[in-house]
Amino acid sequence: MSLLEITNLHATVGEREILKGIDLTVGPGEVHAIMGPNGSGKSTLAQVLAGRELYAVTEGSVTYDGKDLLAMPPEDRAREGIFLAFQYPVEIPGVSNQYFLKAALNTMRKHRGLPELDAMDFLDLIRGKIELMEMESSLLNRAVNAGFSGGEKKRNEIFQMAVLEPRLAILDETDSGLDIDALKLVAHGVNSLRSADRSMIVVTHYQRLLDYIVPDFVHVLSDGRIVKSGGKDLALELERNGYAGLGIADEEEAVGKV
Amino acid sequence: MTAVAEQTGAWLESFANQRPAAEWLRKGREAGFERFAELGFPTTHDEEWRFTNVARIARTNFQVAQAELTVRVPEGVEEIDPGAAGVDLGRFAAGGNAFAALNTAFLDRVTVLRVPRGAVIEGAIEIGYEVRPASPARAGESPAPPSPSTSPTAVHPRTVILVGANAQCSIVETYKGQGQYFTNAVTEIVAGEGAVVNHYKVQQEDRDAFHVATLAASLGRSANFSTTSISLGGALVRNDVSAVLSEGTEATLNGLYLVNGSQHVDNHTVIDHAKPHGTSHELYKGILDGKASAVFNGRIMVRKDAQKTDSKQTNKNLVLSDEAVIDTKPELQIFADDVRCTHGATIGQLDAEALFYLQSRGIGREDARNLLTYAFAQDIIDRIKIQTLRETLERSLFEKFHERPR
Repeated sequence: MSLLEITNLHATVGEREILKGIDLTVGPGEVHAIMGPNGSGKSTLAQVLAGRELYAVTEGSVTYDGKDLLAMPPEDRAREGIFLAFQYPVEIPGVSNQYFLKAALNTMRKHRGLPELDAMDFLDLIRGKIELMEMESSLLNRAVNAGFSGGEKKRNEIFQMAVLEPRLAILDETDSGLDIDALKLVAHGVNSLRSADRSMIVVTHYQRLLDYIVPDFVHVLSDGRIVKSGGKDLALELERNGYAGLGIADEEEAVGKV
Repeated sequence: MTAVAEQTGAWLESFANQRPAAEWLRKGREAGFERFAELGFPTTHDEEWRFTNVARIARTNFQVAQAELTVRVPEGVEEIDPGAAGVDLGRFAAGGNAFAALNTAFLDRVTVLRVPRGAVIEGAIEIGYEVRPASPARAGESPAPPSPSTSPTAVHPRTVILVGANAQCSIVETYKGQGQYFTNAVTEIVAGEGAVVNHYKVQQEDRDAFHVATLAASLGRSANFSTTSISLGGALVRNDVSAVLSEGTEATLNGLYLVNGSQHVDNHTVIDHAKPHGTSHELYKGILDGKASAVFNGRIMVRKDAQKTDSKQTNKNLVLSDEAVIDTKPELQIFADDVRCTHGATIGQLDAEALFYLQSRGIGREDARNLLTYAFAQDIIDRIKIQTLRETLERSLFEKFHERPR
């Protein structure tokens, strides 16, 4: 049975329709890459799946693990195992990273019927994950993302993912703004979390990330619809011919040509 | 009968019925009452009271009583006889503050503490005032005849702290109680040259109580003074904080006010840069919910001689409901030309993106709201240097945010 089944999904922000009928099926353990130019609706899809209220779903359905995903508030989706790695992780002054993550982990453990962890057990649990992401452990005592560099924020997202152990991870342009070393580190973190019972949706503009996180499927999104799906070779084809090769206008490429 | 006479008339009876006192105290009281009778209670026509209507206080017939006082005097601090202190307790009788004049009219047990020159005091000086329903009669006094309608009590605590040159201490004042009553407090702090004083005031009055408090700090050359006002309770609250700086004085005025239901809290501060090279930092943060209202009015005066003054004022407000109201106003009066003064005020709601971020990690919406609200207050709490106080307040804040507005 598939883990995630998206059928004819339409979503709007204000008056504007951004998703215009998405169909996507993700099976357990599969890694799907969603590629597309800016404004194609990639990030909207990621946020709609995580439950961002900014977007209104006007048509279609999303079934997650046999449940109606769209009926759940964001926190319930998270507790059911959906994790969104944000394109722009939010700074939360006044809340320490450690407090935040412990609170998040414990709500999920509670949801799964597991005992909550105290501070000592929590630190034991995260020690290895800090090393995995080569995080400065001082980041734990700092406010969530506050004053973090772009690379630190992205690493912090994957670190959270490592701690929360989702069943479906949605990575929204986790590669954007990263230099190659940071990209490799983030990709290494993600790859180490790949498993037969963890699916991933990797949203990216560029093929580069997919050199390191090799997907099982690649989908190309344009103007709110999936216009082409294929295996990992589709990403390479995009790399060679650009979105224009598929007849898709890309703002950035268009700007480049001027 | 004029409104003023009508209001002061009720107090006159209490004034006349005070227990006899020493000559110096009696004179102070008389001057205070005379001044109060002249001024009467302020109205919203007074610029200083535009947003705070004290009619509810003025109309109530209070019975003057004494708050229960708890003082913790650490080693090295002297509790001294107010009569011998050489403090001009009547000086407030001369000013335009009717509440301070009223406080002076009812001076009774005045707490005067002295930190000797050069003394470094370990542990905080703690002064607690508590109003209990139907305060028991004071020892040695015959109990007041029981009145058929137990009218609410009014207490007028007066605290004076004299800190000698180069001495160092911290002070925690707390105000609490049960029921409907009126606390009208005046606290004076005099810090000598080079003294370091950290003062905290925690106001946790009953939600039916009125609380008006005046804090006047007179700060010597190169003294370093900080005060943090935490306002949690009370139905109607007014804090007047003033600090007069000398040359090279550094003053920090911080405040946190949390209001919900129909609470009203008014913070008026005055920082008077009287001499050059003074520094002042002011950060007041407010969290408003329900139909509550708050006022922040921060006056900064830089006098002609006070060149090289460096002053920064910030007021930030988090408004959680559509019906809560905040009035914030900076008042900069600058008469010197080589100074740096900045001020800023913000009024905002909870950040929708931050809420979503927390929810996307499994934290429930209510908990996420509470966490962000608490986080907003966090930087004021973090600046509190007394660990036990910080921890106590953290707990109080958590409880406050979990209680639903009534």
